[in-house]
Amino acid sequence: MTNLISLKKVNKFYNNSYHALKDVNLNIKKGEIFALLGPNGAGKSTLINTICGLAYHSSGLINIAGLDLKKNRKFIKTMIGLVPQELHLEAFDTVFSNVCYSRGLWGKKNNYELVNNLLKKLKLFEKKDSLLIQLSGGMKRRVLIAKALSHNPKILFLDEPSAGVDVELRQEMWEIIYKLKEEGVTIILTTHYIEEAEEIADRVGIINEGRIILVEEKKQLLAKLGNKKLVLKLSKKLKSLPIFLKNYSAKLNKNGKELEINLDKSKNDILDIISLIKKNKLSFLEFDIKKRSLESIFIDFIKGNTK
Amino acid sequence: MINFKAILAIYFHEIERTKRTLFQSIISPIISTSLYFIIFGAAIGSRINEIDGVSYGMYIVPGLLMLNLLTQSISNGSFSTFFPKFNGTIFELQAAPISGIEMIIGFVGATASKSILLGTLIIITSTFFIDLNIAHPILMIFFLIITSITFSMFGFIIGLWADNFEKLTLIPLIIVTPLVFLGGSFYSINMLPEFWQNISLLNPVLYLVSGFKYSFYEISDVSIMTSIITILIILLICILFIIIIFVKGYNLRN
Ligand SMILES: Nc1ncnc2c1ncn2[C@@H]1O[C@H](COP(=O)(O)OP(=O)(O)OP(=O)(O)O)[C@@H](O)[C@H]1O
Ligand SMILES: [Mg+2]
Repeated sequence: MTNLISLKKVNKFYNNSYHALKDVNLNIKKGEIFALLGPNGAGKSTLINTICGLAYHSSGLINIAGLDLKKNRKFIKTMIGLVPQELHLEAFDTVFSNVCYSRGLWGKKNNYELVNNLLKKLKLFEKKDSLLIQLSGGMKRRVLIAKALSHNPKILFLDEPSAGVDVELRQEMWEIIYKLKEEGVTIILTTHYIEEAEEIADRVGIINEGRIILVEEKKQLLAKLGNKKLVLKLSKKLKSLPIFLKNYSAKLNKNGKELEINLDKSKNDILDIISLIKKNKLSFLEFDIKKRSLESIFIDFIKGNTK
Repeated sequence: MINFKAILAIYFHEIERTKRTLFQSIISPIISTSLYFIIFGAAIGSRINEIDGVSYGMYIVPGLLMLNLLTQSISNGSFSTFFPKFNGTIFELQAAPISGIEMIIGFVGATASKSILLGTLIIITSTFFIDLNIAHPILMIFFLIITSITFSMFGFIIGLWADNFEKLTLIPLIIVTPLVFLGGSFYSINMLPEFWQNISLLNPVLYLVSGFKYSFYEISDVSIMTSIITILIILLICILFIIIIFVKGYNLRN
């Protein structure tokens, strides 16, 4: 697959002082779903806004579909749809007319049928004549998605699309995203819900303090960082982690009744751990090997990189 | 390539917004204008002598027109650009493939259209109170249109510059309205002592009002050419400002 978006040493300063993006290198492939993960203030929105033209980068090169963003902003923007993090909508416009407005801004001919279908797909059709101010937060989010899709973008940015959207709708939204992917749309999303990235992304990028610290195929990321953990139900409560486990990533749960040790797949260390436990006579009632979530991997990773 | 559809989208979006605030932007200026005619035209005006051979009720038409065109163009224009910044919807204008020029044509075009409509309605309203005859209709229409465009642009600039509501209303309130009132809208500067006449000549709005007076009644405080040149200079300054703003991305992007 070819790179549709490529960033080379991109830096962004806010007000000439705050360094929000630091030497960001990133390639997004055509047709993939890319999830950008990172804690609050990491620079996810800044990165997206810089590509979408809401902010300008201070240095570095952003290339989209082979074109330099700085020199071809207007043309590049015709390809991009953006669903912003904040629910910015004009209060007293109706759903239908506001979605049509977006289509117009992107230079597309009026197409009521397309807009109606879009509203149906996003379960907004019954609300098409409602004022935007009368909608719930989740509905507003969907209106923003409809607006972004109204002009048939080739690249879709979703800045925390599932914030405030209920579980059922989130599932439906993911299906819409899958369908768009099938239609060849490249999708970049940010999220705080790790399960979301785990479920829908092809690749995952982790950003922290303005730096991209990791970009990996989701499957490889799970495999590489060890996606299993050993869980022991202890017969006696422990006050603190046993010293003999100091070289492992481990923690105590349930008031010291449960011990969790992350397994590193590359080292195949389960045997070592078991022999250590035997040698130190730590008694347990049950043991289990569980899958780790991307979330815990992610937290470990950020800790490891900020130390 | 010019994004004509976007210009139209902005234009009609703005016009729709006006329809929702019809009372504020069209009806209320007409009501206040009618009050002026009743009070100054009929009640007080009947006791005032003609000025330059024109009855007082007629005399105030150009000034009232100018007052409304200026204040409405500026307040509508500034609101239309301040509003998206205020409610955050500016993100869409930033993300859309629209150039600064296209945005200006859409927004200023809509604001100016409203002002032209308002001006026309005020002229029509005045005919209920006075016998209006316009000496130079083409010239009058020229002034109506160019004043509307210029001050809509002026409002557009204020809207971009303002970062709070106070700034938004500051300039119209403390600068523009006094300049209109002191610009011979309701009197001839010949009625002032010489010192104040000279001071008045520093007021650019005087030249605009005078141009209107000429096109209505062939009376004026300054020559018609001076009026035309003045409005063109103000228009140029506004265009210059807008170019600077878009080159610098002032208050529009980080
Ligand atoms: N307009 C701005 N002016 C100055 N600083 C800003 C601006 N926008 C963002 N920042 C700063 O840049 C940093 C990155 O912010 P950004 O919004 O990109 O984070 P984020 O990863 O999207 O966080 P979140 O998960 O909370 O949405 C933060 O420290 C923020 O304070
Ligand atoms: Mg964000």
